[in-house]
Amino acid sequence: MEIAIVVNELKKSFKKNDVLKGVTFTVERGKVFALLGSNGAGKTTIINILTTLIPADDGVATISGFDVAKHPDKVRKSISLTGQFAAVDDILTGRENLELIADLRHTSNSADIAADLLEKFGLTDAADRRAQTYSGGMRRRLDIAMSLIGNPPIIFLDEPTTGLDPEARNDMWQTIEALAASGTTIFLTTQYLEEADELADTIALLHEGKIVASGSAHELKKLVPGGLVELTFHDEKQLHGAIDILKKHFRVTAGENLTLIVEIGEGAKNLADLFIQLRDAHIEPVDFSQKLPTLDDVFFKVTRNKKEDK
Amino acid sequence: MGDFKDTWTMAKRSLRHIVRSPDTIITVVLTPIALLLLFVYVFGGALGQQTHGLSYVNFLTPGIIIMTVISGIAYAAFRLSNDIQKGIINRFRTMPVAPSSILGGQAASSTLSNLFSSLLVLAVAFAIGFRSSAGLIEWLIFAGLVTLFTLATTWMAIFFGLLAKTAEGAGSFSYILMLLIFISPSFVPTESMTSVLRGFANNQPLTPIVETMRSLLITGTPGDKAWLALAWCLGILAVFYAGSLRLYRNRTVSA
Repeated sequence: MEIAIVVNELKKSFKKNDVLKGVTFTVERGKVFALLGSNGAGKTTIINILTTLIPADDGVATISGFDVAKHPDKVRKSISLTGQFAAVDDILTGRENLELIADLRHTSNSADIAADLLEKFGLTDAADRRAQTYSGGMRRRLDIAMSLIGNPPIIFLDEPTTGLDPEARNDMWQTIEALAASGTTIFLTTQYLEEADELADTIALLHEGKIVASGSAHELKKLVPGGLVELTFHDEKQLHGAIDILKKHFRVTAGENLTLIVEIGEGAKNLADLFIQLRDAHIEPVDFSQKLPTLDDVFFKVTRNKKEDK
Repeated sequence: MGDFKDTWTMAKRSLRHIVRSPDTIITVVLTPIALLLLFVYVFGGALGQQTHGLSYVNFLTPGIIIMTVISGIAYAAFRLSNDIQKGIINRFRTMPVAPSSILGGQAASSTLSNLFSSLLVLAVAFAIGFRSSAGLIEWLIFAGLVTLFTLATTWMAIFFGLLAKTAEGAGSFSYILMLLIFISPSFVPTESMTSVLRGFANNQPLTPIVETMRSLLITGTPGDKAWLALAWCLGILAVFYAGSLRLYRNRTVSA
């Protein structure tokens, strides 16, 4: 396993506001890493430090083995940043924007590269119009296209889908998946759990200046009690009978309107056991539904635990 | 070499911005031309009595060129500040491009466009009677001095463009320079000013610059203040070039 990004005990304060209080994580080469957190959690601050825009107060960050504070020039050769607000030049056309970046990356055939990317991102028809006439989705596509020039091995995407309509968001997801398939390391931030779940190999939850949980979506979901089953009974007698039997094996919580929530954990066997025991006792629920854990559950559980710790 | 190429790439971008905003070109060129006509035809009759036998248009033209440059560099500050607000500068900052190229491109385009504006203003001055006895050498020295002055004040504009919180406020430093033109021997000889004002006017940086320009064009000699003019230009250039690069590196990103 090759490591693209190492972040160790990173700290940053703005005036008296401690934004990062010791952030630690690693990103594997060729993987999609999602930094998940609510608005103001410090996601952009981390991106700004990693992309050499601002210095950290304390801690170390390395990209492709180079310390971002000591060798920013070497770091800049292997990264590109697509910021939260499309940083395209409004006065230039789409084609000129691409050629500008290609020239700055010292490619030998800027015109070909621009034409190729315009085609790939469906901007050929708008190529010679000024970027200020583009829609939000087109600007985002142009922005990403500009980031790909020179094939930087590590791409930072700061909230790539914020403010996009569902269709444009879908396009963006496909673009990110295609990039990941080509072996590019992708560091993205998002406030959408669904997005992290969909795209990322590894997810890190940033909350109040620290990483409170990290792992694959699957691993994170294990942090919350496994599957919950909600049963509904015909009357009080049946409900209490079910509680008596099931509480020997599972955690049960009585809900409203003759319902019972049973934590059955992982696996189909537990679900089968549940129904066999009920049948043996001649109790028949009138309804049942299963609820699988989502990243939302993880997020709320982890952030709630943090509050209880205080 | 790579840095030079990058500077040119950035300059081309910036020149496109200039060419594509015709309203700013008009403002930059028309204001000094309007003032030139106003001073020559409205005030010139009275002011011309004070210029020791020099026709007022000949007396005035160097000062108007300085005014053209100063109104032009204000837009360089505006453009740079706008780039910062829009986040495009952050994109360049995360790329392997030298800071001196990113800012230098703005400096080069501003200098080129201001020289062009100055040429237009000079053409109008000729049309309304400006005449020079300067030879080719003096004209070349004059062009060199205007270029150096433009470059120096452009870096001042870049410094204030980096400092400004909003693009609209970025050009406001140029009002102070505009005021300095009026409190100098650009439009009237300083003898008629009150003693305090005259002391200031005779010793501020624009004075040797405008007097050297006038001397080159009218008498065909650099005059006795040429070295002082050169020193002021180089000093302003050095201070604001170094200051701008320092500010650029340390300025934390807002976006």
